[in-house]
Amino acid sequence: MVTIRDLNSDHIDILKEIGNIGAGNAATALSQLLNKKIEMNVPNVQIVSFDEMMELVGGAEQVVAAVFLRIEGEAPGSMFFVLSLPQAERFVKQMTGDALFSLASPQSSELGISALQELGNILAGSYLSALADFTKLTLYPSVPALTIDMIGAILQYGLLELSRVGDYAIVIDTAVHEEQQPEDSINGHFFLLPDPDSFVPIFRSLGVSYE
Amino acid sequence: MNELFHVIKVGIADMNVVQPPHLIRTSGLGSCVGVVIFDQMKEVAGLAHVMLPDSSLARSETINIAKYADTAVEALVELIIKAGGRKNWLKAKLAGGAQMFSFQSANTDMMRIGPRNIEAVKRELERLRIPVVAEDVGGSSGRTIEFNPKTCILSIRTVNQGVKEI
Repeated sequence: MVTIRDLNSDHIDILKEIGNIGAGNAATALSQLLNKKIEMNVPNVQIVSFDEMMELVGGAEQVVAAVFLRIEGEAPGSMFFVLSLPQAERFVKQMTGDALFSLASPQSSELGISALQELGNILAGSYLSALADFTKLTLYPSVPALTIDMIGAILQYGLLELSRVGDYAIVIDTAVHEEQQPEDSINGHFFLLPDPDSFVPIFRSLGVSYE
Repeated sequence: MNELFHVIKVGIADMNVVQPPHLIRTSGLGSCVGVVIFDQMKEVAGLAHVMLPDSSLARSETINIAKYADTAVEALVELIIKAGGRKNWLKAKLAGGAQMFSFQSANTDMMRIGPRNIEAVKRELERLRIPVVAEDVGGSSGRTIEFNPKTCILSIRTVNQGVKEI
């Protein structure tokens, strides 16, 4: 088990590279899906308290569309793909061609919700398969689940395993956005939250000791 | 004339007490349970944002007592008594413990954490002989809750069902 004290700058670099590889692959998939240029930011690795984690995404009450999956296998953890509601609606409109789709009345468009779910499946799957290739670790994704609710309530599921060890999370956060979007637009985020026991196999697989 | 009041915020795995005219609130409860314990006549209340059912789940030497149902409820009662509440007059209101996602994967125990949190909080309250007078638990929605120690009303906001008071 790795605690926060044990992490040095080499470890942080490795975690950044994981965000880079995973989200890079997912951004390529997204780009093909929408036939648009998708850009990604430099991954951000942060060690944050649970409340700070909520602040990263605009506060616990912020309503978002999120796809969540559990990673099982040699390095278990939780993965989230989080979109603001306007952004989720735009993605759905582009994928389905339904210009009237609105998340405010999701029952009016089952197809739209299904498209959003599929978007999440593809992105989460491509993130994870890149990660598995890179680390040579066996990683199995659970079936991703889509929900539209308060971000705090959603992210709690990714903090459960970590919370048994302490009150901090190591978050690998990579933002993606469409090219030429205005600066102030809210973007999609990939959050990877490895379980506490997963840091050892991850670092070992990439040849960095953790002592 | 309105009195100047503050809303005391309780974070995840945290607890605090409140007296009028102030309010106490916690945001974005998913599988977590918000437990409010109060003495209506003395106008003192406490709120804990419980994350896990049992401190035996902890894998660290020092634990955050506000995080676990089995340690948080008792510690919250102590805080309330210190603030002027009387043990035999305490009542409780609960909200949270949702199951935001349904999974068929192997790790179902952790995914069922919402219902387990509710059970654990209720077990502790029963052990301490504190009656639960109102609750809004389970379901599949996140909740933000706010308690007024003057009126003893717990207001609960969800994304789809607006605000309700219990």
